[in-house]
Amino acid sequence: MSEPNALSPGRRAWCRFRARRSGWVAAWFLVGLVGLAVVGPWVSPYGPEAFAGAPFEPPSWRHWAGTDVHGRDVLTRVLVGARLSLVVGMVGALISLGIGVLWGAVAGYAGGRVDAVMMRTVDVLYTLPTLVLVIVLVTVLNGWVARWEAAGVPVNPAHARLAGLLVGIGAVSWLTMARVVRGEVLSLRRRAFVEAARALGAGPGRILGRHVLPHLVGVVIAYLALTVPAVVLYESFLSFLGLGIQPPAASLGSLLAAGAAQINPLRMYWWLLVFPAGTLAAALLALNLAGDALRDALDPRAVG
Amino acid sequence: MRYVLRRLGFMGPLLLVISLLAFALIRLAPGGPFDRERQVPPEIERQLQARYHLDEPVLRQYLRFLGGLLRGDLGPSMRYRSHSVNDLLAAGLPVSLSIGLLAFGLALGLGLPLGVVAAVRQAAPAGHLANAAALAALCIPTFVAGPLWVMWLGVKWQWFPVALWGSPAHLVLPVLTLGLYFAGRVARLMREGMLDTLPSPHLITARAKGLSEAAVFWRHAFRPAVRPVVSYAGPMLADLLTGSFVVENLFQLPGLGLFMVHSAFNRDYPVVVGLVLLYAGLLLVLNLVSDLILAWLDPRVRYE
Repeated sequence: MSEPNALSPGRRAWCRFRARRSGWVAAWFLVGLVGLAVVGPWVSPYGPEAFAGAPFEPPSWRHWAGTDVHGRDVLTRVLVGARLSLVVGMVGALISLGIGVLWGAVAGYAGGRVDAVMMRTVDVLYTLPTLVLVIVLVTVLNGWVARWEAAGVPVNPAHARLAGLLVGIGAVSWLTMARVVRGEVLSLRRRAFVEAARALGAGPGRILGRHVLPHLVGVVIAYLALTVPAVVLYESFLSFLGLGIQPPAASLGSLLAAGAAQINPLRMYWWLLVFPAGTLAAALLALNLAGDALRDALDPRAVG
Repeated sequence: MRYVLRRLGFMGPLLLVISLLAFALIRLAPGGPFDRERQVPPEIERQLQARYHLDEPVLRQYLRFLGGLLRGDLGPSMRYRSHSVNDLLAAGLPVSLSIGLLAFGLALGLGLPLGVVAAVRQAAPAGHLANAAALAALCIPTFVAGPLWVMWLGVKWQWFPVALWGSPAHLVLPVLTLGLYFAGRVARLMREGMLDTLPSPHLITARAKGLSEAAVFWRHAFRPAVRPVVSYAGPMLADLLTGSFVVENLFQLPGLGLFMVHSAFNRDYPVVVGLVLLYAGLLLVLNLVSDLILAWLDPRVRYE
């Protein structure tokens, strides 16, 4: 890159991202994992909920990752679980993005009393233990779903639960995003181009949407990449508690919970824990590395 | 000093708002503290509700709770009928406190050196290794690491007891499980702070003055570099001291994290509110402490 300034900012960020090996490898790993998670369950000779063999078969050529308590193929379930976990991570992060950006942008742009009230709200929510908040939110949402069902609205309970989980996670993970966005907007709204837009008669909605938010893309994307692993972790954790994904559906967290329940001094079913744990750890590692690389690549202060 | 007093004065109203929020939130959730599988006769349920004043308007209940709070009484538990919330806190606090403090010590004791090595020897194998170890610790969530530790150190090799509460040996696995994850966070923050500090010109000046490497490191590099860790350590300690549900559940420890989740599930209103207040109060105080340490580390920081 002899003339870095001749490149567009997006192009430069892309070059910086590619130059960082760990991020590049992590990104390819994620692409591979998503591919496996999408294709794997089709290719696998066993259904994720089919009784494919004897209970607790150790890994073999027939079952590469062994079988679980009901004789289901663990590898198939891990792939299906990874698919669900990644989808939840993505959608949950998007929900937190939506709330966080909107909240932060409005607070930062409005300033004054509105800003004070909105940010004190964030402060108060920060001090509530997230676990209690999620438990309450998920049970409230499930209560509503039960009421709708009773009223004759056709809802798929599994989908409704998943939606409740997503909303619950999204609702507790937008706080940091709101703070970051507000900080950026506070400094942006004093800039001359915002004044110019206002002088031309643009309303606050147009100024925010057309002139302020585009500047936030870098920060927000980078932060989003780090929110996805956090949400994946949260979903796994809630499923581990039995609040998230319900059996027989599987996510990485619920598989781990099932594996942990089988620990006993007599026999070791290590494959029930090691395969989902390894997949989860590898996915989190890759998401974090890719997120780090993305953040550095999109950092406007970076050179070259 | 005046700043400290003002922050402390602020905490009162903030805690009031938090208690109101927690009070309202937990009552939003469907069900009540006396729901059981077996239906209680309505007259008994009415009596129970009258005994715990649940038949009064919610505002009245809240005022009654505030009155108790002023006398240092958090009210009775509605699930464990013979115990007050104060009893439960007094029972759970020592467990969570000792595990939390030890895990905090482990996190700092392991995370700080790891982060420093990862930054100072950035290009050398030692640095890569330290960085990889920190990332690995970060990507293996406690509910994954816990069962694996139990499986190997507890069940297979029988080095440590796998559950319950008693001798110091019972502390090893929970503290390890909890502390390693946070050590990863601390190491990453320390590394980032160090990488930000190392290229700054004041270190060259310090070396040019002929200071020893040790003096340069401790007086001039470590002090500014540790600041991200200090701001993270406040919330981290609050989290650790109020107990981790995963660890307490896995090792069957009678700590606060377990109470927190169970009370939220059982709709044991006073216990939830009491624990939320305890957590929020700890968080506010510890944030203040970490802000004060930040000011001491960096004399340019002035609070007013």
